[in-house]
Amino acid sequence: MTDFISYVLRGIPFGCVFALVAVGLVLTYKTSGVFNLAFGAQAFVSAAVYYDTHVRHNWPIIPAFVLAVIVIGPLVGLIFDRCIFRFMRGASELARLVAALGLLVAVPQIVGLWFGQSPSYGVEGIWPSSQGSNFAVYHFGSYSLNGDQVATIIATAVVAIGLTALFRFTTIGLRMRAVVESSRMTELNGINAGRVGTFAWMLSSLVAGLAGVLLAPLFAQVSADNFNILIVAAIAAAAFGRLQSIPMTLLGGILLGIAQGLLGGYLPPASVLAQGLRPSLPFVILFALLIFWPALRNRREVTDPLAGVDPPPPGLAALERTRALTWATRIFGVVVGVAAIAYIMQDNYWLLLGTQAVVLGIVFLSFTVITGMAGQISLCQAAFAGMGAFTTAQLVHSQGMPVLLTMVIGAIVAAIVGGLLAIPILRLGGIYLALATFAFALMWENIFVPLDWVGHGRAPLRVPRPVIGPFDLASNKSFFFFALIVLIIMSIFVIFVRNGTTGRFLDALRGSETAAQSIGINPTRARIVAFALSAGIAGLGGGMLVTQSGVAQPADYGYFFGLLWVVLVVTLGSRTVEGAIQAAIGFVLVGEILKRLGVNASWEPILFGLGAITYARHPEGILEANKRQSLAFFQRQFSKLGKKQAEEAPVEPAHAAAGGGSLPPLPEGAVGTVGEKAAKRGGAYSKRGRAGRGAKP
Amino acid sequence: MSLLNATDVTKRFAGITALDRVTLRVEAAEAVGLIGPNGAGKTTFFNCLLGLLRPDGGRVEFDGRNITRLPVYKRSRLGFGRTFQRIELFSGLTVRDHLLVAERSRRGDGRLWKDVLNLGGPKDDEIARTDETLALLGLSDVADRPIEALSLGRGRLVEVGRALMTEPKLLLLDEPSSGLDRHETDELVNTLEAVQRERGTAILLVEHDVEMVQRFVTRLYVLDFGTLIAEGTTDEVLGDAAVRKAYLGELV
Repeated sequence: MTDFISYVLRGIPFGCVFALVAVGLVLTYKTSGVFNLAFGAQAFVSAAVYYDTHVRHNWPIIPAFVLAVIVIGPLVGLIFDRCIFRFMRGASELARLVAALGLLVAVPQIVGLWFGQSPSYGVEGIWPSSQGSNFAVYHFGSYSLNGDQVATIIATAVVAIGLTALFRFTTIGLRMRAVVESSRMTELNGINAGRVGTFAWMLSSLVAGLAGVLLAPLFAQVSADNFNILIVAAIAAAAFGRLQSIPMTLLGGILLGIAQGLLGGYLPPASVLAQGLRPSLPFVILFALLIFWPALRNRREVTDPLAGVDPPPPGLAALERTRALTWATRIFGVVVGVAAIAYIMQDNYWLLLGTQAVVLGIVFLSFTVITGMAGQISLCQAAFAGMGAFTTAQLVHSQGMPVLLTMVIGAIVAAIVGGLLAIPILRLGGIYLALATFAFALMWENIFVPLDWVGHGRAPLRVPRPVIGPFDLASNKSFFFFALIVLIIMSIFVIFVRNGTTGRFLDALRGSETAAQSIGINPTRARIVAFALSAGIAGLGGGMLVTQSGVAQPADYGYFFGLLWVVLVVTLGSRTVEGAIQAAIGFVLVGEILKRLGVNASWEPILFGLGAITYARHPEGILEANKRQSLAFFQRQFSKLGKKQAEEAPVEPAHAAAGGGSLPPLPEGAVGTVGEKAAKRGGAYSKRGRAGRGAKP
Repeated sequence: MSLLNATDVTKRFAGITALDRVTLRVEAAEAVGLIGPNGAGKTTFFNCLLGLLRPDGGRVEFDGRNITRLPVYKRSRLGFGRTFQRIELFSGLTVRDHLLVAERSRRGDGRLWKDVLNLGGPKDDEIARTDETLALLGLSDVADRPIEALSLGRGRLVEVGRALMTEPKLLLLDEPSSGLDRHETDELVNTLEAVQRERGTAILLVEHDVEMVQRFVTRLYVLDFGTLIAEGTTDEVLGDAAVRKAYLGELV
């Protein structure tokens, strides 16, 4: 019994930290509608500031705490709100998630630039230590807690009570909730939604800062990774409270901490279970909770009742240009492509970069399917790529199969896992689905990859290049062409699927799920197909990656890549095949340019992460937006020409021309049209953001 | 045997009985109306028929088959077509695309391998069938326009067309006149009459607009506070004193 209580006690401070972060997540979600995956990154900012001032510069506890938590914390929130999220108030939940993902990718890197990447040991808490580095210890009968643990418990209790009271008894709490529901409606009622939103962000960032400083001493060193992993436990606790209830969230966090304490206490420390299960408990619980917690199922996205004032989303620019222009574009593309290939053939270094871009392009096509066609955000594409890679490597080694065959098997394995994963998680709606893929990615990385039969432990497997008939792909040139051919085949494949039944059904489901069902489309089946297809493409890309590099390194398929890739592809353009390919080229090229400029390598994730913010303005992707602008330009030029010949052949008006965010001129009586309604639908793509709102027909 | 037989359908929401043993039938090729004041439970009943809500009691039979627990998309494959009170269209698709998607769904041969071999595009006979329906609904001139360019009235016609492409035996229309002006409503009724005449589709109409109901349906059910208070031929029911009191009270 004594053991039991001491294990429980040991778990409570951890539980409190989970709870604190989870409450912060729920607070942000309730007050801004953003599921702030970057919350851990925000906590890291304050922890780093506290560490830098208190430990490195020997500031006393109180000024260091005030600076880190009370000044820097809300300041970060203010910046986030002013620069990013105030422009996203009308955006869909998924758009906001993408922006938060971008921050999750960028913020720790920005902090790292200043804080340094070197390990920072000797973390101190906020509880005054009695002498030197000794912790103050408090005894309760035969149990004991140290000062930092006591501080954590007290802080959690204060935050939880304060926030519950804020929501229950104050006007500002009510207003914050109203702003999330519909900021425009709130403004019609005479409330300054901007100010309320700013307050909400500063408040939740204060909690993030507090959590960061409190939990820093629980780890041996201050590092962004610890905070990102912690966020998983917090998401599990938040899901327990359905992202709504602060007391339930608190309870969830504490229970999770206790469960971890008990597991740590009772499982023999050397056993496989203790080694594997204890650290991965949060992932397993999050995944299980998302799938089995009935309260989370079939939750509908709340749509802004005033969303009807938004113009409808524009169609793809490619569908709206004239035939001549389409051909001109294609010829231009081929010429540039051939010229680029001829150039990189000259130089082995550029050849390697080119191959990397082509192989990444294959992986990125998987986003065209899952995000562009099915309208879902998947955060586990890196895991599928890893599955393809490890299957390839393992089969080559244990079965001695030809590499080409194992790559295909790897793709099939990934597709099957993707399809199976889709079955339970499709019961979840919108944001939970994205979170479940995140949980899966972490589970894959932390539980499966370390296993011998998956990642082959610490000794990475080597993979030879395939030989196809007379072509030995060991040569970099021939491998480049092989990868190029695979990329072209997969691109055509994706285009065919998009234009075929599967693509049309998915279009219909994105447009209106109820209506799609009413004409007999089985939404679950269509989405499982999309998931499996996308996972299969990612798996094939993984197989290509591993044959290119020659070594199956688990680090190459970490969850972070999954996040970075989503941010990259979605920002640049997930709806088109060109978008995926250009994202791959951009990724490789920007990295190379930064390297040549001698800039710190972390600028690449920073640039791409912050780039995700443009997603609010261009949900169709930056490339697509640019394409539309250039299309408008060319069609203006053409229509000038056309006017001269107008008598002979009346030119179809370029109704699609929508340069600079103006709208396609709708026909007469367009106000109150179907489009008004349609603007509310269609998940990630239904919102045009501010750019389109300026001009009304 | 009736086409649709709903028997004793009951639905409760947190203690409120929204539907209390409602029984309704629709014969093949018949036009039936369901009217009632706001909050009478019309839409709830509709959703129970369509499978969007699961009734707490009673059963729904379609074509002699018990469909009480069938998911929405399977009902559609049996022969349910519907339109929505708040219009539900697929943004980003053209008018023709709407019909093509429905046509493909009806055929049920959308296999992935066909897409992969580029056999998933619209076929000539599919286009011909959509042209036929577009002509019937008078939408031929906007066939290749994006759906956002249409007015609400024509958008509703697209919904009807989309439903017709699945060759429904029964078309369920949820307040089709809402948001339409007199003229548009008249056109809609004309079109629906043509549909019923040419395709022999049975229609269940939930409606507010008594004039439209009077013109279009032969039999009528009246729902009030979750219970049926009258049923019979349209003229009979509209002449009924209880109905006039519950529903038409202020109009008389």
